[in-house]
Amino acid sequence: MPTDPTQSHITFQWAYCSPLISCRFDPKQRYVFSSAEDNSIQRWSVPSGEKISFTAHDSWVFALEVTSDGETLLSGGGDGRLVWWLTSAEKPEPIRIVDAHHGWIRAVAISPDGKTVATVGNDKLVKLWNFADGSLLRTLTGHEDQIYSVLFHPQGQFLLSGDLLGFVFQWDLANGSLVRKFEAKDLHSYNGGQGVHFGGVRTMAMSPDGKFLACGGLYKAENPLGAVHEPLVMVFEWDSQKLAVSQIAEGLKGTLWRLLYHPDGYLIGACGGSTGGFLLFWKLDQPKDFHRLKLPHLTRDLDLSADKLQVATTHFDRHLRVTTLDAKKA
Amino acid sequence: MKCSYACQSEEHRIARRTFLGGLVAGAGAVVGGLGTLTQPALGEQLAKSQKRIIVINMHGGLSQLESWDPKPGTDTGGPFRAIATSVPGLHISELLPETAKIMHHLAVVRSINTAENDHGKGAYMMVTGRRQTPGAVFPEIGAVAAKALSTESSSLPGHIRITPGGGGGRGNDSAYLGPKYASIALDNGKAPENSSRLASLSELSDQERQAFRRKANDHFMSRRRTAMTDAYTSNYEQALLLMQQNHVFDLSKEPEQDHVRYGKHDFGRHCLLARRLIENNVSFVQVSHSNYDTHNENFNFHFEQVGEFDGPFATLVADLADRGLLQNTLIVVLSEFGRTPTINQYYGRDHWGTAWSVVMGGCRVHPGAVYGKTNANGTAVSDLQVDHAQLFHTYLQAVDVDSSQSFDIAGRQLPIADPASGPIKDLLA
Repeated sequence: MPTDPTQSHITFQWAYCSPLISCRFDPKQRYVFSSAEDNSIQRWSVPSGEKISFTAHDSWVFALEVTSDGETLLSGGGDGRLVWWLTSAEKPEPIRIVDAHHGWIRAVAISPDGKTVATVGNDKLVKLWNFADGSLLRTLTGHEDQIYSVLFHPQGQFLLSGDLLGFVFQWDLANGSLVRKFEAKDLHSYNGGQGVHFGGVRTMAMSPDGKFLACGGLYKAENPLGAVHEPLVMVFEWDSQKLAVSQIAEGLKGTLWRLLYHPDGYLIGACGGSTGGFLLFWKLDQPKDFHRLKLPHLTRDLDLSADKLQVATTHFDRHLRVTTLDAKKA
Repeated sequence: MKCSYACQSEEHRIARRTFLGGLVAGAGAVVGGLGTLTQPALGEQLAKSQKRIIVINMHGGLSQLESWDPKPGTDTGGPFRAIATSVPGLHISELLPETAKIMHHLAVVRSINTAENDHGKGAYMMVTGRRQTPGAVFPEIGAVAAKALSTESSSLPGHIRITPGGGGGRGNDSAYLGPKYASIALDNGKAPENSSRLASLSELSDQERQAFRRKANDHFMSRRRTAMTDAYTSNYEQALLLMQQNHVFDLSKEPEQDHVRYGKHDFGRHCLLARRLIENNVSFVQVSHSNYDTHNENFNFHFEQVGEFDGPFATLVADLADRGLLQNTLIVVLSEFGRTPTINQYYGRDHWGTAWSVVMGGCRVHPGAVYGKTNANGTAVSDLQVDHAQLFHTYLQAVDVDSSQSFDIAGRQLPIADPASGPIKDLLA
């Protein structure tokens, strides 16, 4: 069923006791998982909103991923731990805990065949893990600053990792070699007065046809320490690496925390900043958003349901919200 | 200059102004002020001990939760964990792994309440020990140190600020102590302005020029000598001495391995320069590290900034200890305030003068001490609350300046520190 994002509306919202960070749908759409500033993970049953907590991390959980069969949840935390969980456990306990990185894990990805897990972190390392037993397969080095995002190419041959400095490294998974780099430098800035690097490739998405790589984050960072910046997507042609389009959201201040391509031919972004929380929608080749949904509070992450009809978002106001990408049913 | 703080307040712009002056005025700062203490004997005693002070100013407001007073696992704790230090039972943020190894040289004060959340006012309080009041201007700790600790024979300025940028020149920070004790800024670690002989002037020409000046001076003073003319003469001679010692500011004379140990970024170089200046008996050196005004993405920026601070700072403290300098050098890490325990919607922390921390070490400071504490989630001081005035007294007492005394300024007795306050005695040996 085709979606109509211009008719998007919030279907559910559930409150937690701490500001929320990340979220992922269970591909079977039984649950939505979120993480919070109290170091826990929440499993929310859909549509009841019944909640169960998963606890094993000594820090915030910045990364959540669920396997395509919906059976296993992976969480990556600021404690450097990568944790395996059974999604539907009545009393959730870690299946496996791996001390994966020195410092924060920023992002986790699962390969299309489900056999490999990729993690990236503040230690500037990309690590590949055997999903089945948690053993380390390979460590990829080369980034010169913190790595914010990681993405498997849909065809499974390549891995992409995006860093604070605006570089995206394309790795050959067969031998761990660096194939090439994309330079999304508009997403990074250095403020000499404040002495800080800011921005980075906060999120990446591949278009369904594999022709475009979208890198999201922020630009126009007039005051990094004061949250004065604007959301930006840099879309590159996969083959030529040419910048196809820069996508913006006029009038908004904030960061794009996650991007996802919808199979109906548009890009969705979760934007949070001083102008509030928004779901932004861009046509693939258009610089300006064709629709934006103002959410009740600042947004920090999003995920798309398996049926592509719903978007989950996490918010600073301690709510998980589920938005339907279509008109309300009569 | 464009304001570098997040909240862009007017106070910042004023605070960052420098008041340019020539080298002659700067050289005046080398004249020791010990004789103007109300007890000259104390000055002589201080001069013998050659006490010095290094202040590391964490501009913008360092988060105590991401540094000296972590609260992991609480609603305010944020994502960073605490790590053990070389002091049994003392934990600090995991962002300070190198500093954790040298904490036995330092003391932490975790119970500061300055009740001030304004950058300019907070900074003023922390470096003068007084709250700003209309009609009253007080000298900063560096000016007080230059006056109280510098010796008459010193040929170097007594009050130096190493800044990340923004120009060199003189500060406006000595109040009634006079411009002699105002800071000289080393812009990004560069030598003082105008402290090298002009390239167009040969050494011989310069010598002849100075000889002529001295001859004219002598002729003038043989008939009209006053205290003022003596001061002018002294300033010129001090300026020449400083020019002869310009190598003190030349970091290239430090071993390459030390450049590597301190790090080849600005803050690393500035810490190495601070060591070099202290080793050359400069009384007061302030190093700034900017910027901690993290209303947005506090954790990312503290990872970046504290990560840069940790190595050079720990190396500096370790070097001072290894070289026997820590017994005569007070080192202080301060800010204008801390940051809110509450984490805001931008993953940031805001201004917070209610319950925060400062670190100090060396001289009379008890090594490894932890003074005061905050409650479980850091929202209030729960034991042994102190303020800026007590800290100011403590810094001075640590270097054997009796902060209960007064300066004698043209016959006026002006208290060195707030007479209504006093030092944190339990921190001092």
